[in-house]
Amino acid sequence: MFSRDTWREIFISIRKNKLRTFLAGFTVAIGILIVVSLVGLTNGLSNTFSEAFGDDANNVFFIFPGKTTVPYKGYKSNRRIEFDNSDLADIEKNFENYLEYITPRISRGGVVSFKEESDNYTTRAVGPGHQFNEKTIMMKGRYINENDIKKKTKYAVIGRLVEQDLFGDENGLGKFIDISGSAFKVVGVYQDDGGDNEERLLYIPYTTRQLIEKNNDKIDQIVLGFKPEIGYTGSMIFEKQLNTFLRDKKVISPDDQNGLFIRNVADQLKQTQQFADVIAYIVSFFGIGTLIAGIIGISNIMVFVVKERTKEIGIRKALGATPASVITTILLESVFITTIAGYLGMLIGVVIMNSIGNSLKEDYFITNPYVNTGLAVTATIILILFGALAGYIPARKAARIKPIVALRDE
Amino acid sequence: MAIMGSSGSGKSTLLNILGMLDEADSGEYTLDGVPIKNLSETKAAIYRNKFLGFIFQSFNLINYKTALENVALPLYYQRMPRKERQVKALKYLEQVGLKEWSHHLPNELSGGQKQRVAIARAMVAEPKVLLADELTGALDSKTSYEVMDLIQKINDLGNTILVVTHEDDIAHMCKRIVYLKDGVIIKDEKVKQVKAAAYV
Repeated sequence: MFSRDTWREIFISIRKNKLRTFLAGFTVAIGILIVVSLVGLTNGLSNTFSEAFGDDANNVFFIFPGKTTVPYKGYKSNRRIEFDNSDLADIEKNFENYLEYITPRISRGGVVSFKEESDNYTTRAVGPGHQFNEKTIMMKGRYINENDIKKKTKYAVIGRLVEQDLFGDENGLGKFIDISGSAFKVVGVYQDDGGDNEERLLYIPYTTRQLIEKNNDKIDQIVLGFKPEIGYTGSMIFEKQLNTFLRDKKVISPDDQNGLFIRNVADQLKQTQQFADVIAYIVSFFGIGTLIAGIIGISNIMVFVVKERTKEIGIRKALGATPASVITTILLESVFITTIAGYLGMLIGVVIMNSIGNSLKEDYFITNPYVNTGLAVTATIILILFGALAGYIPARKAARIKPIVALRDE
Repeated sequence: MAIMGSSGSGKSTLLNILGMLDEADSGEYTLDGVPIKNLSETKAAIYRNKFLGFIFQSFNLINYKTALENVALPLYYQRMPRKERQVKALKYLEQVGLKEWSHHLPNELSGGQKQRVAIARAMVAEPKVLLADELTGALDSKTSYEVMDLIQKINDLGNTILVVTHEDDIAHMCKRIVYLKDGVIIKDEKVKQVKAAAYV
């Protein structure tokens, strides 16, 4: 059955019937190509989602003060809310069970210089806990620590790209840089997976910032991490309690939309994931649809192929071909074509997906699309199997045709 | 032997039954001591391959295969090795005078040449009987006589050939004529063979 002679017969038939071969192969290749591309692009989309959240911790709240819009308990509306150090201490005291860390964040832009090199950077004044919510990775030196906060040290931790900009190839560690008129010693250099912007930041102790700013105790925003083990539901409860507590303390109406903002990253992540899931469902629906369309396409081609060969089959049978050998030859030929074409389609799809890389990121939110090899192979095998099945039914029918009927047909 | 009769007299049906391409409603058919009855498709295919050679009116060559490959096809179904197959096919092509056309496709050959390729193909498996259905039906008279000349030569070598035809002159180039009408033999006579070579 699988002798060299059988294959020689098949190859001759393929070589001499180029249009037929091309049609059958093209259908399969296009089917696989579309399935692979669909899956790849979906993966790219979900990559974009996870990238948007991936570089920061998920168990984080960002708390921003706003401006009241509702008069409440004797206060007029349009009152600016401000946080200070006592808020940090109060949250820490009241929510000890939920809290993993808490840190303020005071952002200021300004010129940072070292010798002749200078540029504008954002400097964030933070506490030690800030390292966790940004997932900052130290390359050398150390992060801001408790001692810095207590002693209000003039130490700075700078981003990898800040070091590159200011120091070139030199080591920035231990050098003194000028941040908006004050000299700071570089105690650490960090990197971050969040992209270039995240590596162009400087971190200093928040107490030092407060000292520079006329020794006040004001805080721009509060960043806190909750214990991951409380989970999504726990975080929602925590968020609600924290909201009530802060509104109570700052005398903000519970109905005021703008007095206070709490951004729950876990909640956002959950919603985004649900969105990504819905897209994945839609795409798999279309993927399966395409696969079915591909199978139907192959079946059509197979019926056409067998119909076209009816006379040839009749001749072969008159010359002594057994039904089994007729079926074998036709099936092997179609399986061979679908396999090669399917593999080609898969290869082209994978190559296209790989070559796209990050080029569609800006406009289409598709990051680094990829195709799971197992899935691509499975889809290809399914197409081949159904192609064979689709070929088998008309082939068996053809093998049953009486040679006279096939030959009479002029 | 020639089988003659008007259209619908059953001559092609007879040939198809003899060729195991069709089943008889009644009666017995024994070929070389083997009863041909209720054969499976596979068995029938093997018997056809071993015992019978077919020659058709419309040649029925496979048009994407060369003359040589067409002739070698029955041997392929006997699972004969490729080399041997080609040697043997070429021998039979030479016998029908088409050795130098062996690598041409059927559409590069004339009608007479095509029929001669078909004859070589029918003979290559060395069958007991050659069955020819209107083998000159698609050929002009001159070519018909050339083909019949070839058939006679093969016959003289000791092969049994059954020719279905409705042309009188072709029938009389055989040694025996069976007349059919409505599926029944009405006359079976030995005739004096007219040599086709005389007309060529």
